[in-house]
Amino acid sequence: MGLSHLSMIRAHPDVRVDAVVDSTGYILDVLSKYTGLVTYTDYQTMLDSVELDAVLIATPTRFHGPMVRAALEKGLNVFCEKPLCLTSEESRELAALAAEKGLVTQVGYHNRFVGAFREVKALLDAGAIGRVTHILAEAYGPVVLKAKGSTWRSQRTEGGGCLYDYAAHPVDLLSWYAGAPIGVGGTILGSVFSENTEDEVFSTLYYPNNVSAQLSVNWSDESYRKMTTQITITGTAGRIHADRQEVQVYLRDTAPEVDGYEKGWNVRYTTELTENVWFYLRGEEYSAQLAHFVKRIESGELDDTNSFASAAVTDRVLELLTIDAAAGPATMDADAVAAAPPTPKRGLLRRRA
Amino acid sequence: MDRLLFGDNQFFGVNHMSEEKARAQAMRFQDLDAVMEVLDTAYDEGITTFMCTTHERIAEVADRVRHNPERYADFTFFPGMPYAHKYADAVTENGMLGAVRKFLPEEGIMNAMLRGGASLARKDVEGLITLLIDAEMAMFRGLKTPVIWLQNVVVDLLLGLGFTDAFSIFAKHVKKRYNAEPGFITMNLPMLLDALDRAGIENPIVCSNINKIGFRMSGGIEGYHEVLETRKFRAVAMSVFASGAIPAREAIEWISEQPNIESIVFGASSRANIRSTKQLVDEFGA
Repeated sequence: MGLSHLSMIRAHPDVRVDAVVDSTGYILDVLSKYTGLVTYTDYQTMLDSVELDAVLIATPTRFHGPMVRAALEKGLNVFCEKPLCLTSEESRELAALAAEKGLVTQVGYHNRFVGAFREVKALLDAGAIGRVTHILAEAYGPVVLKAKGSTWRSQRTEGGGCLYDYAAHPVDLLSWYAGAPIGVGGTILGSVFSENTEDEVFSTLYYPNNVSAQLSVNWSDESYRKMTTQITITGTAGRIHADRQEVQVYLRDTAPEVDGYEKGWNVRYTTELTENVWFYLRGEEYSAQLAHFVKRIESGELDDTNSFASAAVTDRVLELLTIDAAAGPATMDADAVAAAPPTPKRGLLRRRA
Repeated sequence: MDRLLFGDNQFFGVNHMSEEKARAQAMRFQDLDAVMEVLDTAYDEGITTFMCTTHERIAEVADRVRHNPERYADFTFFPGMPYAHKYADAVTENGMLGAVRKFLPEEGIMNAMLRGGASLARKDVEGLITLLIDAEMAMFRGLKTPVIWLQNVVVDLLLGLGFTDAFSIFAKHVKKRYNAEPGFITMNLPMLLDALDRAGIENPIVCSNINKIGFRMSGGIEGYHEVLETRKFRAVAMSVFASGAIPAREAIEWISEQPNIESIVFGASSRANIRSTKQLVDEFGA
């Protein structure tokens, strides 16, 4: 359970929260004492005892797969935090199961509900900057600032680490803007502080039609007050730069006409790109994605933004990045090898030779 | 409360419009003298109330004010708590109990430990909440704090959870221990007023975004119009300029026409902006 998820969904006028599950008894006792919520410590017991329309899952990633499957098998619609699963195969299976049962699914890639990033998508769909050649996707922020960490986020085996827990956001924006890559290369999963997982992610991604992307992510950077996700897209007719607050667009003279935009510089701010939500807690996008999920269950008419199938594409990229990082450099400088210090990383070069 | 209150977002790299601008401000205000210079400017323009977070750097501001009682005879703090990042980080690093220990007030460690520890054990949040308030207030000892705010991240989290008892615990403690009025900052004004009613808090001081374009006014501007017309509460308007999206004159003219707004809180970094805001407010009798 995530407290802020619970707060937002409970405030939704069309939703009734019938049960909360968490493994921490203390939190549950406080909640039940002061808010009257019905609580469970066991997920399956809850599923067996309460009649529901939907579940919202915000747990360490390794629990997502079994919890989502149990819910789908009971015929429940599912909102699950990102990333969906630790293997893309499981994500695809769950997407297929949900489709077969006609259930609504959604994953918490909230950037797709940020006004500025939606505007970028609209501009790309309109062909505003001509043919896209390159995308730079970045995210920086202060999450891990010392070596010791005791929560699941410091364990790669539980889905912790900068790749799955942080880089997943800019990677998902890449999936949204450019689709599925045909391959990745030069991936670095580096450590700044963490012992059991990575704090930095860098990579090059290759897409069809000669579109390339670079990913640059670091969650051990307190020079950023909070998480900052940025997208820079270069095209033959202009360039787009966006973060959560604003979209800056430069359009060449050769760019097509786009409603509301002129040649040269254009800036759109969050104040004009953001619609009010029914309830605000730390950002409109968090409420907006839950509202979208609820509305899809009610009417089934909205688009399937962030469906399991879409999240499975992003999960596959995360997998590719992990595999690629283990391979090391693709092109070696033989002279540099000869001049290497006496204690090189053993085995790496010999294995590739 | 004064008509104009001075806010502190600009000092901590908070800017809702531009991350570039936020970074430039963070660089400029890394030096406490730069912060004091702006506060002095506002003070000398007659804006003597500083509505601030409990960021550790505010403790340095409080020290300066405390040590210059003549210079700052009318300087008034409206502290807003908790400074949420501080707690989130501490809980991540030290766990719940460790975090509580870290923020013990100086009043007597044994006493506070007992209050905090026993509260945790009994699942009684009252002791815990009052303990944390005291820890946050330690930096303002001996200074004027006639209004004490609960920050919007906490207010709105509790609001969504339906944890209304926490509001009355906060209000009671702030009145009793600090002889101050409790204030509540929210991004969900209409919804919060109902919850404060249920918590039995009469004529509450509530601060929320109120601006001409409806920016970050949850549920829509109409709901805000309605509560300003019909509900009994002391409204403080923030984000009046919607982060710069509304020209200053237009923003202040509009806010001056809204009923029942007691105060306006704004942030600025230059003498020119501080002075022009003050002049506009005087001009429109806002």
